[in-house]
Amino acid sequence: MHNIVPLLLPLEGDTSWPPSAASFNSRPLFPGLGIDWVNNHMMQAVIGALLVIAIWLIFSHRQTVVPGKRQFLGEMAYNLVRNSIGKEILGSEFRPFMPYLVAIISFILVNNLFGELFLFMFPTFSKIGYAYGLALMSWLLYNAVGIKKYGFGHYMKKMTLPDGVPVGLWILIIPLEFISNFVTRPITLALRLFANLFAGHLVIMVFVIGGTMLIESGTLFYAAAGGVSILFSFAIFALELLVGCLQAYIFTVLTAQYVSSAIAEEH
Amino acid sequence: MLLEIGGSINMIGYALATLGPAIGVAWIFASVINGTARQPEARGAMLGTAWIGFAVVEALAIIGIALAFVL
Repeated sequence: MHNIVPLLLPLEGDTSWPPSAASFNSRPLFPGLGIDWVNNHMMQAVIGALLVIAIWLIFSHRQTVVPGKRQFLGEMAYNLVRNSIGKEILGSEFRPFMPYLVAIISFILVNNLFGELFLFMFPTFSKIGYAYGLALMSWLLYNAVGIKKYGFGHYMKKMTLPDGVPVGLWILIIPLEFISNFVTRPITLALRLFANLFAGHLVIMVFVIGGTMLIESGTLFYAAAGGVSILFSFAIFALELLVGCLQAYIFTVLTAQYVSSAIAEEH
Repeated sequence: MLLEIGGSINMIGYALATLGPAIGVAWIFASVINGTARQPEARGAMLGTAWIGFAVVEALAIIGIALAFVL
């Protein structure tokens, strides 16, 4: 029975009970070579990125006017992002942002699905550093397009001072809006992605590791409860599948929303 | 003794902190269901806004879990 844990949780740093933040520690891939930053989770992110690039290259390879099955599938995936996120939120200015939005939704989706795929079984973004990186890119993007469109001074005024605020409230509104738009936004963007996957994976670990321990306890009643617990972990995996797709969508929608608020005309 | 109870009381605080966002998220989707029942063709537009509202409300629970581990 002891091989259930390495099968369902192969990339964990520590599979002792109870599962904690230490269970998410990375292992260096080449220990002793002085390149300990090359760890299993980073390699997983790189594989995810290569996978995304490969998928979109395959989809866009040798395009024809009348699409074949492969191109049709690619166009369907692209149109989903373009219509439900790009056009819906960014309106007529959606075109320059489509590559970023498509790239980010596919990268997050692939990495989240790693959490349920054999061989990996670990969502990359349950390591917060990766989520911070993505949020930083989105933060740079929406501020850069805003500054490019309005100039630095005008952009800061637009983002920190909504129209029609009386002069007496400026001292209150300006710091609040500044914190909300430049500090809270990227942090919640990263934390939302991270915490959903972290919490989900932690629950999976509780069921898998706990279930295995119960099975190995040698008491028949405990063993039965452990078996049910392992089975129940599959239901949690299914829930995580949903959460992974949802978080990829939400991250992209919010990025588009922030870009849209940065370039929106004043009314 | 197979399992012993241990851990941080922070988690109880986090459990309490999830109540607010839980009600908020429930309210958002309850409104979408109500709205869909009244006007089925507006479902797409309502869901788009609902997901953004859901993400913003959920941020409270997210900050909660971060603080539960950090503090």
